[in-house]
Amino acid sequence: MGENIIQVENLSKSFDISSKEPGLKGTLQHFFKRETKSIEVIKNINFGIKKGEIVGFLGANGAGKTTILKILCGLIHPTQGRLSVAGNLPYKRRSNFLKNITLIMGQKQQLIWDLPPIESFYLNAAIYDIEKFEAKKRIKKLSEMLEIEKELYIPVRKLSLGQRMKSELLAALIHKPNILFLDEPTLGLDINAQRNLRKFLKIYNKETGATICLTSHYMKDITSLCKRVLCIHEGCLTYDGRLEKLLKKISPIKDILIICKTDKDAKELSNSGFNIKNQNQKEITITIKKDSIKSTLNNILNKFEIEDLYINEPPVDEIIGDILVKEKV
Amino acid sequence: MFNLNKNKLITLLKVQYSNMLEYRVEIALWAISGIIPFFMLNIWTNNNLNESINLSNVMLSRYFLSAFFVRQFSVVWVVFTFEEDALLGKISPYLIQPLNPFFRYFAQHIAEQITRFPFAIIIALIFFLINPESIWIPNLSLFLLACFSTFFSFLIQFLIQSIIACFCFWTEKASSIERLLFIPTLFLSGLLAPVISFPEYVKSWIYLTPFPYLIDFPANILSGNNTNIISGFFMQIFWISVLFPIFIRTWSLGTKKYTAMGS
Repeated sequence: MGENIIQVENLSKSFDISSKEPGLKGTLQHFFKRETKSIEVIKNINFGIKKGEIVGFLGANGAGKTTILKILCGLIHPTQGRLSVAGNLPYKRRSNFLKNITLIMGQKQQLIWDLPPIESFYLNAAIYDIEKFEAKKRIKKLSEMLEIEKELYIPVRKLSLGQRMKSELLAALIHKPNILFLDEPTLGLDINAQRNLRKFLKIYNKETGATICLTSHYMKDITSLCKRVLCIHEGCLTYDGRLEKLLKKISPIKDILIICKTDKDAKELSNSGFNIKNQNQKEITITIKKDSIKSTLNNILNKFEIEDLYINEPPVDEIIGDILVKEKV
Repeated sequence: MFNLNKNKLITLLKVQYSNMLEYRVEIALWAISGIIPFFMLNIWTNNNLNESINLSNVMLSRYFLSAFFVRQFSVVWVVFTFEEDALLGKISPYLIQPLNPFFRYFAQHIAEQITRFPFAIIIALIFFLINPESIWIPNLSLFLLACFSTFFSFLIQFLIQSIIACFCFWTEKASSIERLLFIPTLFLSGLLAPVISFPEYVKSWIYLTPFPYLIDFPANILSGNNTNIISGFFMQIFWISVLFPIFIRTWSLGTKKYTAMGS
Protein backbone atom coordinates (compact mmCIF):
# COMPACT_ATOMS: atom_id res chain seq x y z
CA MET A 1 0.00 0.00 0.00
CA GLY A 2 2.97 2.28 -0.64
CA GLU A 3 4.02 5.27 1.43
CA ASN A 4 0.50 6.44 2.12
CA ILE A 5 -0.52 6.49 5.77
CA ILE A 6 -4.13 6.08 4.65
CA GLN A 7 -4.94 3.88 1.67
CA VAL A 8 -8.46 3.17 0.50
CA GLU A 9 -9.29 0.83 -2.38
CA ASN A 10 -12.75 0.13 -3.78
CA LEU A 11 -14.40 1.15 -0.54
CA SER A 12 -18.17 0.76 -0.34
CA LYS A 13 -20.62 1.01 2.51
CA SER A 14 -24.31 0.17 2.55
CA PHE A 15 -26.87 0.72 5.29
CA ASP A 16 -30.17 -1.10 5.70
CA ILE A 17 -32.87 1.48 6.14
CA SER A 18 -36.56 0.85 6.80
CA SER A 19 -39.10 3.25 5.41
CA LYS A 20 -42.69 3.94 6.48
CA GLU A 21 -45.61 5.39 4.60
CA PRO A 22 -47.53 8.12 6.45
CA GLY A 23 -50.93 7.49 8.06
CA LEU A 24 -52.56 4.60 9.91
CA LYS A 25 -52.33 2.21 6.96
CA GLY A 26 -48.62 2.89 6.63
CA THR A 27 -48.15 2.43 10.38
CA LEU A 28 -49.92 -0.95 10.36
CA GLN A 29 -47.99 -2.10 7.31
CA HIS A 30 -44.79 -0.98 9.00
CA PHE A 31 -45.74 -2.90 12.14
CA PHE A 32 -46.63 -6.20 10.45
CA LYS A 33 -44.34 -6.19 7.44
CA ARG A 34 -41.35 -3.94 7.83
CA GLU A 35 -39.57 -3.29 4.58
CA THR A 36 -35.90 -2.49 4.61
CA LYS A 37 -33.87 -1.21 1.74
CA SER A 38 -30.13 -1.39 1.37
CA ILE A 39 -28.76 2.01 0.50
CA GLU A 40 -25.22 2.33 -0.78
CA VAL A 41 -23.84 5.49 0.81
CA ILE A 42 -20.22 5.01 -0.27
CA LYS A 43 -19.61 3.70 -3.76
CA ASN A 44 -16.32 2.18 -4.77
CA ILE A 45 -14.02 4.94 -3.56
CA ASN A 46 -10.22 4.95 -3.99
CA PHE A 47 -7.69 7.38 -2.54
CA GLY A 48 -4.47 7.58 -0.60
CA ILE A 49 -3.28 10.14 1.92
CA LYS A 50 0.36 10.80 2.74
CA LYS A 51 1.76 11.33 6.21
CA GLY A 52 1.48 14.95 7.33
CA GLU A 53 -1.09 15.94 4.70
CA ILE A 54 -4.16 18.00 5.57
CA VAL A 55 -7.00 16.83 3.38
CA GLY A 56 -10.47 18.35 3.20
CA PHE A 57 -13.55 16.32 2.36
CA LEU A 58 -16.13 18.40 0.51
CA GLY A 59 -19.70 17.49 -0.20
CA ALA A 60 -23.31 18.34 0.50
CA ASN A 61 -25.16 16.98 3.55
CA GLY A 62 -25.58 13.23 3.19
CA ALA A 63 -22.89 12.95 0.52
CA GLY A 64 -20.95 10.42 2.59
CA LYS A 65 -18.06 12.51 3.99
CA THR A 66 -18.73 11.69 7.63
CA THR A 67 -19.30 8.01 6.81
CA ILE A 68 -15.84 7.88 5.22
CA LEU A 69 -14.28 9.41 8.34
CA LYS A 70 -16.17 6.95 10.55
CA ILE A 71 -14.88 4.03 8.47
CA LEU A 72 -11.32 5.37 8.49
CA CYS A 73 -11.26 5.69 12.28
CA GLY A 74 -12.77 2.24 12.77
CA LEU A 75 -16.11 3.29 14.14
CA ILE A 76 -18.09 1.48 11.46
CA HIS A 77 -17.29 -1.51 9.30
CA PRO A 78 -17.04 -1.11 5.52
CA THR A 79 -19.26 -3.32 3.38
CA GLN A 80 -16.59 -3.84 0.74
CA GLY A 81 -13.11 -2.78 -0.19
CA ARG A 82 -9.63 -2.66 1.26
CA LEU A 83 -8.33 -0.02 3.58
CA SER A 84 -5.29 0.56 5.68
CA VAL A 85 -4.77 3.34 8.21
CA ALA A 86 -1.30 3.55 9.72
CA GLY A 87 -0.81 -0.06 8.65
CA ASN A 88 -3.94 -1.26 10.44
CA LEU A 89 -7.40 -2.43 9.54
CA PRO A 90 -9.33 0.29 11.39
CA TYR A 91 -12.45 -1.75 12.18
CA LYS A 92 -10.36 -4.25 14.15
CA ARG A 93 -9.84 -1.42 16.63
CA ARG A 94 -6.54 -2.72 17.90
CA SER A 95 -5.11 -0.85 20.83
CA ASN A 96 -1.96 0.34 19.00
CA PHE A 97 -4.13 1.70 16.17
CA LEU A 98 -6.52 3.50 18.52
CA LYS A 99 -3.56 5.13 20.26
CA ASN A 100 -2.52 6.55 16.89
CA ILE A 101 -5.76 8.23 15.90
CA THR A 102 -8.42 10.59 17.17
CA LEU A 103 -11.86 11.60 15.99
CA ILE A 104 -13.43 14.93 16.82
CA MET A 105 -17.04 15.52 15.96
CA GLY A 106 -18.26 19.07 16.22
CA GLN A 107 -21.65 18.06 17.51
CA LYS A 108 -20.56 15.30 19.91
CA GLN A 109 -18.69 15.54 23.15
CA GLN A 110 -16.71 13.16 25.24
CA LEU A 111 -16.05 15.46 28.20
CA ILE A 112 -17.92 14.65 31.40
CA TRP A 113 -20.61 17.31 31.54
CA ASP A 114 -20.70 18.02 35.29
CA LEU A 115 -16.96 17.93 35.97
CA PRO A 116 -14.20 20.34 35.02
CA PRO A 117 -12.40 19.32 31.79
CA ILE A 118 -9.19 18.55 33.70
CA GLU A 119 -10.89 15.42 35.14
CA SER A 120 -11.70 14.14 31.65
CA PHE A 121 -8.13 14.91 30.54
CA TYR A 122 -6.64 12.81 33.34
CA LEU A 123 -9.12 10.05 32.62
CA ASN A 124 -8.16 10.03 28.94
CA ALA A 125 -4.49 10.09 29.90
CA ALA A 126 -5.02 6.96 32.02
CA ILE A 127 -6.98 5.27 29.22
CA TYR A 128 -4.10 5.90 26.81
CA ASP A 129 -1.52 4.69 29.37
CA ILE A 130 0.10 8.10 29.79
CA GLU A 131 1.98 8.64 33.05
CA LYS A 132 0.53 11.36 35.28
CA PHE A 133 3.67 13.50 35.07
CA GLU A 134 3.69 13.32 31.28
CA ALA A 135 -0.07 13.97 31.17
CA LYS A 136 0.41 17.11 33.27
CA LYS A 137 3.06 18.35 30.85
CA ARG A 138 0.89 17.72 27.82
CA ILE A 139 -2.18 19.32 29.40
CA LYS A 140 -0.10 22.39 30.26
CA LYS A 141 1.32 22.67 26.75
CA LEU A 142 -1.93 22.07 24.90
CA SER A 143 -3.95 24.33 27.19
CA GLU A 144 -1.44 27.12 26.55
CA MET A 145 -1.64 26.57 22.81
CA LEU A 146 -5.43 26.55 22.95
CA GLU A 147 -5.54 29.39 25.50
CA ILE A 148 -7.82 27.57 27.95
CA GLU A 149 -5.62 27.46 31.06
CA LYS A 150 -8.28 29.23 33.15
CA GLU A 151 -11.11 27.03 31.96
CA LEU A 152 -9.51 23.74 33.03
CA TYR A 153 -11.11 23.84 36.47
CA ILE A 154 -14.60 25.07 35.53
CA PRO A 155 -17.37 22.45 35.05
CA VAL A 156 -17.89 21.72 31.36
CA ARG A 157 -21.57 22.70 31.54
CA LYS A 158 -20.52 26.25 32.45
CA LEU A 159 -18.11 26.72 29.52
CA SER A 160 -18.99 28.53 26.31
CA LEU A 161 -19.26 26.50 23.11
CA GLY A 162 -15.85 27.73 21.95
CA GLN A 163 -14.20 26.87 25.27
CA ARG A 164 -15.88 23.47 25.22
CA MET A 165 -14.69 22.75 21.69
CA LYS A 166 -11.13 23.66 22.64
CA SER A 167 -11.39 21.39 25.66
CA GLU A 168 -12.73 18.59 23.44
CA LEU A 169 -9.74 19.11 21.20
CA LEU A 170 -7.36 18.90 24.12
CA ALA A 171 -9.05 15.70 25.37
CA ALA A 172 -8.77 14.22 21.89
CA LEU A 173 -5.11 15.15 21.44
CA ILE A 174 -3.69 14.28 24.85
CA HIS A 175 -2.31 10.98 23.50
CA LYS A 176 -0.48 12.76 20.63
CA PRO A 177 -2.31 11.01 17.78
CA ASN A 178 -0.62 10.86 14.38
CA ILE A 179 -3.89 10.95 12.48
CA LEU A 180 -6.72 13.37 13.24
CA PHE A 181 -10.21 12.87 11.86
CA LEU A 182 -12.13 16.10 12.28
CA ASP A 183 -15.81 16.17 11.44
CA GLU A 184 -17.12 19.73 11.39
CA PRO A 185 -14.78 20.84 14.18
CA THR A 186 -15.80 24.50 13.94
CA LEU A 187 -19.55 23.87 13.86
CA GLY A 188 -21.40 26.56 15.78
CA LEU A 189 -18.29 28.51 16.76
CA ASP A 190 -18.04 32.26 16.27
CA ILE A 191 -15.58 33.74 13.76
CA ASN A 192 -12.83 34.30 16.35
CA ALA A 193 -13.12 30.83 17.81
CA GLN A 194 -13.05 29.33 14.30
CA ARG A 195 -9.92 31.31 13.46
CA ASN A 196 -8.19 30.26 16.70
CA LEU A 197 -9.02 26.64 16.11
CA ARG A 198 -7.65 26.76 12.56
CA LYS A 199 -4.52 28.45 13.81
CA PHE A 200 -4.08 25.74 16.41
CA LEU A 201 -4.56 22.93 13.88
CA LYS A 202 -1.97 24.48 11.57
CA ILE A 203 0.57 24.69 14.38
CA TYR A 204 -0.25 21.17 15.56
CA ASN A 205 0.25 19.81 12.03
CA LYS A 206 3.53 21.69 11.65
CA GLU A 207 4.92 20.68 15.03
CA THR A 208 3.87 17.04 15.09
CA GLY A 209 3.63 16.17 11.40
CA ALA A 210 0.19 14.72 12.05
CA THR A 211 -2.09 13.81 9.16
CA ILE A 212 -5.43 15.61 9.27
CA CYS A 213 -8.65 14.60 7.50
CA LEU A 214 -11.26 17.30 7.79
CA THR A 215 -14.86 17.86 6.82
CA SER A 216 -16.39 21.28 7.19
CA HIS A 217 -19.16 23.40 5.80
CA TYR A 218 -17.14 26.51 6.57
CA MET A 219 -15.06 27.02 3.46
CA LYS A 220 -12.57 29.12 5.36
CA ASP A 221 -11.62 25.95 7.26
CA ILE A 222 -10.91 24.18 3.99
CA THR A 223 -9.16 27.04 2.22
CA SER A 224 -6.91 27.98 5.11
CA LEU A 225 -5.98 24.43 6.13
CA CYS A 226 -6.20 22.12 3.13
CA LYS A 227 -4.10 22.12 0.02
CA ARG A 228 -5.78 18.98 -1.18
CA VAL A 229 -9.50 18.24 -1.28
CA LEU A 230 -11.67 15.24 -2.03
CA CYS A 231 -15.14 16.01 -3.36
CA ILE A 232 -17.77 13.45 -2.49
CA HIS A 233 -21.10 13.45 -4.26
CA GLU A 234 -23.79 10.85 -3.52
CA GLY A 235 -21.16 8.47 -2.22
CA CYS A 236 -18.81 8.81 -5.19
CA LEU A 237 -15.43 10.50 -5.28
CA THR A 238 -15.81 13.19 -7.94
CA TYR A 239 -12.53 15.06 -7.47
CA ASP A 240 -9.24 14.35 -5.74
CA GLY A 241 -6.53 16.97 -6.06
CA ARG A 242 -5.31 20.43 -5.15
CA LEU A 243 -7.93 22.92 -4.03
CA GLU A 244 -6.32 25.63 -6.17
CA LYS A 245 -6.61 23.50 -9.29
CA LEU A 246 -10.21 22.67 -8.50
CA LEU A 247 -11.08 26.32 -8.17
CA LYS A 248 -9.39 27.12 -11.48
CA LYS A 249 -11.01 24.17 -13.18
CA ILE A 250 -14.51 24.95 -12.12
CA SER A 251 -14.33 28.67 -11.95
CA PRO A 252 -12.86 30.22 -15.08
CA ILE A 253 -14.63 33.46 -14.17
CA LYS A 254 -13.89 36.82 -12.56
CA ASP A 255 -16.07 39.35 -10.82
CA ILE A 256 -15.60 42.99 -11.94
CA LEU A 257 -16.90 45.73 -9.70
CA ILE A 258 -17.51 48.86 -11.79
CA ILE A 259 -18.26 52.23 -10.21
CA CYS A 260 -19.92 54.44 -12.82
CA LYS A 261 -19.65 58.22 -12.78
CA THR A 262 -23.35 58.88 -13.38
CA ASP A 263 -26.66 57.11 -12.80
CA LYS A 264 -27.26 57.25 -16.53
CA ASP A 265 -24.07 55.26 -17.23
CA ALA A 266 -24.98 52.75 -14.52
CA LYS A 267 -28.43 52.29 -16.07
CA GLU A 268 -27.02 51.86 -19.57
CA LEU A 269 -24.33 49.46 -18.37
CA SER A 270 -26.89 47.32 -16.59
CA ASN A 271 -28.91 47.10 -19.82
CA SER A 272 -25.95 46.22 -22.05
CA GLY A 273 -26.34 42.46 -21.79
CA PHE A 274 -23.58 41.76 -19.24
CA ASN A 275 -24.08 39.08 -16.60
CA ILE A 276 -25.00 41.33 -13.66
CA LYS A 277 -24.29 39.81 -10.28
CA ASN A 278 -25.05 42.81 -8.05
CA GLN A 279 -26.18 46.39 -8.49
CA ASN A 280 -26.16 49.11 -5.88
CA GLN A 281 -26.93 52.48 -7.52
CA LYS A 282 -23.73 53.39 -9.38
CA GLU A 283 -21.85 50.24 -8.28
CA ILE A 284 -22.35 47.24 -10.54
CA THR A 285 -20.70 43.82 -10.25
CA ILE A 286 -20.54 41.80 -13.44
CA THR A 287 -19.29 38.25 -13.94
CA ILE A 288 -17.18 37.49 -17.00
CA LYS A 289 -15.05 34.66 -18.36
CA LYS A 290 -11.37 35.01 -17.51
CA ASP A 291 -10.31 34.83 -21.17
CA SER A 292 -12.52 37.76 -22.15
CA ILE A 293 -11.33 40.23 -19.52
CA LYS A 294 -9.34 42.39 -21.94
CA SER A 295 -12.02 42.76 -24.61
CA THR A 296 -14.79 43.32 -22.06
CA LEU A 297 -12.85 45.99 -20.21
CA ASN A 298 -12.00 47.77 -23.49
CA ASN A 299 -15.63 47.70 -24.45
CA ILE A 300 -16.79 49.11 -21.08
CA LEU A 301 -14.10 51.80 -20.88
CA ASN A 302 -14.89 52.97 -24.40
CA LYS A 303 -18.64 53.13 -23.95
CA PHE A 304 -19.14 54.38 -20.39
CA GLU A 305 -17.81 56.98 -17.96
CA ILE A 306 -16.13 54.93 -15.27
CA GLU A 307 -14.95 56.28 -11.92
CA ASP A 308 -13.21 53.11 -10.69
CA LEU A 309 -13.12 49.36 -11.15
CA TYR A 310 -11.91 46.24 -9.29
CA ILE A 311 -11.26 42.73 -10.57
CA ASN A 312 -11.93 39.95 -8.03
CA GLU A 313 -12.05 36.16 -7.79
CA PRO A 314 -15.53 35.01 -6.81
CA PRO A 315 -15.67 33.89 -3.12
CA VAL A 316 -14.69 30.25 -2.65
CA ASP A 317 -17.90 29.57 -0.74
CA GLU A 318 -19.88 30.41 -3.85
CA ILE A 319 -17.75 28.24 -6.09
CA ILE A 320 -17.90 25.28 -3.78
CA GLY A 321 -21.62 25.82 -3.28
CA ASP A 322 -21.89 25.69 -7.03
CA ILE A 323 -20.05 22.38 -7.16
CA LEU A 324 -22.33 20.90 -4.57
CA VAL A 325 -25.44 22.06 -6.36
CA LYS A 326 -24.44 21.41 -9.96
CA GLU A 327 -22.08 18.43 -9.39
CA LYS A 328 -19.99 19.82 -12.21
CA VAL A 329 -16.57 18.67 -11.06
CA MET B 1 -10.33 -6.17 23.96
CA PHE B 2 -10.36 -4.82 27.50
CA ASN B 3 -6.95 -3.27 28.13
CA LEU B 4 -7.76 -2.59 31.75
CA ASN B 5 -5.01 -2.04 34.26
CA LYS B 6 -4.85 -0.79 37.85
CA ASN B 7 -4.15 2.82 36.89
CA LYS B 8 -7.05 2.97 34.45
CA LEU B 9 -9.41 1.36 36.95
CA ILE B 10 -8.44 3.67 39.82
CA THR B 11 -8.66 6.79 37.64
CA LEU B 12 -12.02 5.68 36.25
CA LEU B 13 -13.36 5.11 39.76
CA LYS B 14 -12.01 8.43 41.05
CA VAL B 15 -13.48 10.41 38.17
CA GLN B 16 -16.81 8.61 38.27
CA TYR B 17 -16.99 9.04 42.04
CA SER B 18 -16.42 12.80 41.63
CA ASN B 19 -19.15 12.78 39.01
CA MET B 20 -21.56 10.85 41.23
CA LEU B 21 -20.99 13.27 44.10
CA GLU B 22 -22.43 15.93 41.82
CA TYR B 23 -25.67 13.92 41.96
CA ARG B 24 -25.66 13.17 45.71
CA VAL B 25 -29.22 14.39 46.32
CA GLU B 26 -30.51 12.28 43.46
CA ILE B 27 -28.62 9.26 44.82
CA ALA B 28 -30.01 9.84 48.33
CA LEU B 29 -33.50 9.79 46.84
CA TRP B 30 -32.69 6.60 44.95
CA ALA B 31 -31.46 5.04 48.20
CA ILE B 32 -34.68 6.03 49.96
CA SER B 33 -36.75 4.72 47.06
CA GLY B 34 -35.19 1.29 47.63
CA ILE B 35 -37.04 0.68 50.89
CA ILE B 36 -39.48 -1.79 49.35
CA PRO B 37 -38.14 -4.62 51.61
CA PHE B 38 -39.31 -2.65 54.66
CA PHE B 39 -42.86 -2.48 53.28
CA MET B 40 -42.74 -6.20 52.69
CA LEU B 41 -41.47 -6.73 56.23
CA ASN B 42 -44.47 -4.82 57.52
CA ILE B 43 -46.88 -6.92 55.48
CA TRP B 44 -45.24 -10.15 56.62
CA THR B 45 -45.12 -9.37 60.32
CA ASN B 46 -48.57 -7.78 60.56
CA ASN B 47 -50.13 -10.84 58.98
CA ASN B 48 -47.98 -13.34 60.90
CA LEU B 49 -46.92 -14.86 57.59
CA ASN B 50 -43.52 -15.69 59.01
CA GLU B 51 -44.99 -18.45 61.16
CA SER B 52 -45.59 -20.56 58.05
CA ILE B 53 -41.87 -20.65 57.30
CA ASN B 54 -40.64 -20.99 60.88
CA LEU B 55 -38.82 -17.67 60.83
CA SER B 56 -39.02 -15.41 63.87
CA ASN B 57 -39.97 -11.76 63.55
CA VAL B 58 -36.42 -10.77 64.45
CA MET B 59 -34.86 -13.02 61.80
CA LEU B 60 -37.35 -11.80 59.23
CA SER B 61 -36.52 -8.16 60.08
CA ARG B 62 -32.84 -8.93 59.64
CA TYR B 63 -33.55 -10.69 56.35
CA PHE B 64 -35.42 -7.71 54.89
CA LEU B 65 -32.83 -5.22 56.16
CA SER B 66 -30.13 -7.38 54.54
CA ALA B 67 -32.23 -7.53 51.35
CA PHE B 68 -32.34 -3.74 51.45
CA PHE B 69 -28.54 -3.57 51.71
CA VAL B 70 -27.96 -6.16 48.99
CA ARG B 71 -30.34 -4.28 46.71
CA GLN B 72 -28.56 -0.99 47.40
CA PHE B 73 -25.24 -2.44 46.30
CA SER B 74 -26.42 -4.47 43.35
CA VAL B 75 -28.73 -2.09 41.51
CA VAL B 76 -27.92 -2.00 37.80
CA TRP B 77 -29.10 0.47 35.19
CA VAL B 78 -26.49 0.08 32.46
CA VAL B 79 -29.04 -0.86 29.78
CA PHE B 80 -30.79 2.51 30.04
CA THR B 81 -27.59 4.59 29.94
CA PHE B 82 -26.09 2.50 27.18
CA GLU B 83 -29.27 2.66 25.11
CA GLU B 84 -29.31 6.44 25.28
CA ASP B 85 -25.60 6.68 24.49
CA ALA B 86 -25.86 4.25 21.58
CA LEU B 87 -28.94 5.87 20.04
CA LEU B 88 -27.55 9.39 20.30
CA GLY B 89 -24.11 8.35 19.09
CA LYS B 90 -22.50 9.29 22.42
CA ILE B 91 -20.55 6.05 22.57
CA SER B 92 -18.73 6.85 19.33
CA PRO B 93 -15.80 8.65 21.03
CA TYR B 94 -15.55 5.83 23.60
CA LEU B 95 -15.50 3.13 20.93
CA ILE B 96 -12.31 4.48 19.44
CA GLN B 97 -10.50 4.58 22.77
CA PRO B 98 -8.33 1.66 23.88
CA LEU B 99 -10.74 0.68 26.65
CA ASN B 100 -14.03 -1.15 26.34
CA PRO B 101 -16.79 1.43 27.04
CA PHE B 102 -18.49 -0.98 29.46
CA PHE B 103 -15.72 -0.28 31.95
CA ARG B 104 -16.98 3.30 32.11
CA TYR B 105 -20.46 2.06 32.96
CA PHE B 106 -19.05 -0.47 35.39
CA ALA B 107 -17.08 2.28 37.17
CA GLN B 108 -20.18 4.48 37.23
CA HIS B 109 -22.09 1.74 39.05
CA ILE B 110 -19.33 1.13 41.59
CA ALA B 111 -18.98 4.88 42.16
CA GLU B 112 -22.72 5.16 42.64
CA GLN B 113 -22.65 2.34 45.19
CA ILE B 114 -19.91 4.10 47.14
CA THR B 115 -21.99 7.29 47.08
CA ARG B 116 -25.05 5.38 48.27
CA PHE B 117 -23.20 3.82 51.20
CA PRO B 118 -23.66 6.60 53.82
CA PHE B 119 -27.33 6.99 52.93
CA ALA B 120 -27.89 3.25 53.28
CA ILE B 121 -26.21 3.33 56.72
CA ILE B 122 -28.45 6.19 57.85
CA ILE B 123 -31.55 4.28 56.71
CA ALA B 124 -30.30 1.18 58.57
CA LEU B 125 -29.74 3.23 61.76
CA ILE B 126 -33.28 4.58 61.54
CA PHE B 127 -34.50 1.00 61.04
CA PHE B 128 -32.65 -0.10 64.19
CA LEU B 129 -34.09 2.82 66.16
CA ILE B 130 -37.57 1.65 65.25
CA ASN B 131 -36.75 -2.08 65.66
CA PRO B 132 -34.05 -2.24 68.38
CA GLU B 133 -34.63 -5.97 68.84
CA SER B 134 -33.31 -6.53 65.30
CA ILE B 135 -29.86 -5.13 66.00
CA TRP B 136 -27.15 -7.65 65.22
CA ILE B 137 -23.52 -7.68 64.27
CA PRO B 138 -22.75 -10.40 61.72
CA ASN B 139 -19.47 -12.22 62.30
CA LEU B 140 -16.61 -11.10 60.10
CA SER B 141 -16.43 -14.19 57.90
CA LEU B 142 -20.17 -14.13 57.17
CA PHE B 143 -19.97 -10.40 56.55
CA LEU B 144 -17.16 -10.87 54.02
CA LEU B 145 -18.99 -13.74 52.33
CA ALA B 146 -22.10 -11.56 52.13
CA CYS B 147 -20.02 -8.78 50.54
CA PHE B 148 -18.63 -11.21 47.94
CA SER B 149 -22.03 -12.67 47.15
CA THR B 150 -23.50 -9.16 46.83
CA PHE B 151 -20.73 -8.25 44.40
CA PHE B 152 -21.38 -11.45 42.43
CA SER B 153 -25.08 -10.60 42.42
CA PHE B 154 -24.16 -7.19 41.00
CA LEU B 155 -21.93 -8.86 38.39
CA ILE B 156 -24.72 -11.22 37.29
CA GLN B 157 -27.17 -8.34 36.91
CA PHE B 158 -24.56 -6.17 35.19
CA LEU B 159 -23.79 -8.92 32.68
CA ILE B 160 -27.48 -9.64 32.00
CA GLN B 161 -28.19 -5.96 31.39
CA SER B 162 -25.00 -5.52 29.34
CA ILE B 163 -26.04 -8.38 27.04
CA ILE B 164 -29.47 -6.77 26.65
CA ALA B 165 -27.80 -3.38 26.13
CA CYS B 166 -25.81 -4.84 23.23
CA PHE B 167 -29.11 -5.55 21.47
CA CYS B 168 -29.21 -1.78 20.93
CA PHE B 169 -26.99 -2.48 17.95
CA TRP B 170 -29.88 -4.38 16.33
CA THR B 171 -33.01 -2.84 17.84
CA GLU B 172 -33.55 0.71 19.01
CA LYS B 173 -35.42 -0.15 22.20
CA ALA B 174 -33.40 -2.87 23.86
CA SER B 175 -34.44 -1.67 27.31
CA SER B 176 -37.93 -3.07 26.70
CA ILE B 177 -36.36 -6.55 26.76
CA GLU B 178 -34.99 -5.70 30.19
CA ARG B 179 -38.53 -4.92 31.35
CA LEU B 180 -39.45 -8.53 30.61
CA LEU B 181 -36.97 -9.52 33.29
CA PHE B 182 -38.27 -7.02 35.82
CA ILE B 183 -41.18 -9.18 37.04
CA PRO B 184 -39.21 -12.42 37.56
CA THR B 185 -36.43 -10.42 39.20
CA LEU B 186 -38.90 -8.75 41.54
CA PHE B 187 -40.73 -11.92 42.54
CA LEU B 188 -38.07 -14.62 42.34
CA SER B 189 -35.07 -12.77 43.72
CA GLY B 190 -36.27 -12.66 47.31
CA LEU B 191 -36.97 -8.94 47.36
CA LEU B 192 -40.67 -9.38 48.18
CA ALA B 193 -40.40 -12.63 50.13
CA PRO B 194 -37.64 -15.03 51.17
CA VAL B 195 -37.39 -17.75 48.54
CA ILE B 196 -37.77 -20.32 51.33
CA SER B 197 -41.43 -19.27 51.61
CA PHE B 198 -42.20 -20.32 48.02
CA PRO B 199 -44.08 -23.58 47.32
CA GLU B 200 -41.92 -26.68 46.92
CA TYR B 201 -42.65 -27.09 43.19
CA VAL B 202 -41.49 -23.49 42.56
CA LYS B 203 -38.39 -23.96 44.68
CA SER B 204 -37.51 -27.11 42.74
CA TRP B 205 -36.69 -25.09 39.62
CA ILE B 206 -36.20 -21.55 40.89
CA TYR B 207 -32.75 -22.41 42.27
CA LEU B 208 -31.62 -23.29 38.77
CA THR B 209 -32.25 -19.73 37.60
CA PRO B 210 -29.98 -16.79 38.50
CA PHE B 211 -32.77 -14.95 40.36
CA PRO B 212 -32.50 -16.32 43.94
CA TYR B 213 -28.78 -15.50 43.91
CA LEU B 214 -29.45 -11.83 43.32
CA ILE B 215 -31.02 -10.91 46.68
CA ASP B 216 -32.12 -13.97 48.65
CA PHE B 217 -28.76 -15.75 48.83
CA PRO B 218 -26.61 -12.75 49.90
CA ALA B 219 -29.35 -11.51 52.25
CA ASN B 220 -29.56 -14.90 53.94
CA ILE B 221 -25.80 -14.97 54.48
CA LEU B 222 -25.75 -11.45 55.93
CA SER B 223 -28.76 -11.95 58.18
CA GLY B 224 -27.46 -15.30 59.48
CA ASN B 225 -30.35 -17.37 58.10
CA ASN B 226 -29.78 -20.92 57.00
CA THR B 227 -28.52 -21.19 53.46
CA ASN B 228 -26.26 -23.47 51.48
CA ILE B 229 -23.26 -21.19 51.04
CA ILE B 230 -21.22 -23.51 48.81
CA SER B 231 -23.98 -24.25 46.33
CA GLY B 232 -25.02 -20.57 46.36
CA PHE B 233 -21.53 -19.39 45.42
CA PHE B 234 -21.21 -22.21 42.92
CA MET B 235 -24.39 -21.08 41.16
CA GLN B 236 -23.32 -17.43 41.21
CA ILE B 237 -19.96 -18.27 39.63
CA PHE B 238 -21.70 -20.63 37.19
CA TRP B 239 -24.02 -17.85 35.99
CA ILE B 240 -21.17 -15.35 35.71
CA SER B 241 -19.15 -17.79 33.64
CA VAL B 242 -22.15 -18.49 31.38
CA LEU B 243 -23.11 -14.84 30.93
CA PHE B 244 -19.60 -13.44 30.39
CA PRO B 245 -18.82 -15.22 27.09
CA ILE B 246 -22.35 -14.42 25.86
CA PHE B 247 -21.66 -10.76 26.58
CA ILE B 248 -18.31 -10.88 24.77
CA ARG B 249 -19.88 -12.51 21.72
CA THR B 250 -22.87 -10.14 21.64
CA TRP B 251 -20.57 -7.14 22.01
CA SER B 252 -18.29 -8.34 19.26
CA LEU B 253 -21.20 -8.99 16.85
CA GLY B 254 -22.99 -5.81 17.88
CA THR B 255 -20.12 -3.42 17.30
CA LYS B 256 -19.90 -4.73 13.73
CA LYS B 257 -23.49 -3.58 13.26
CA TYR B 258 -22.90 -0.16 14.83
CA THR B 259 -23.88 2.63 12.49
CA ALA B 260 -22.86 5.56 14.70
CA MET B 261 -26.33 7.04 14.42
CA GLY B 262 -26.81 10.56 15.65
CA SER B 263 -23.23 11.51 14.99
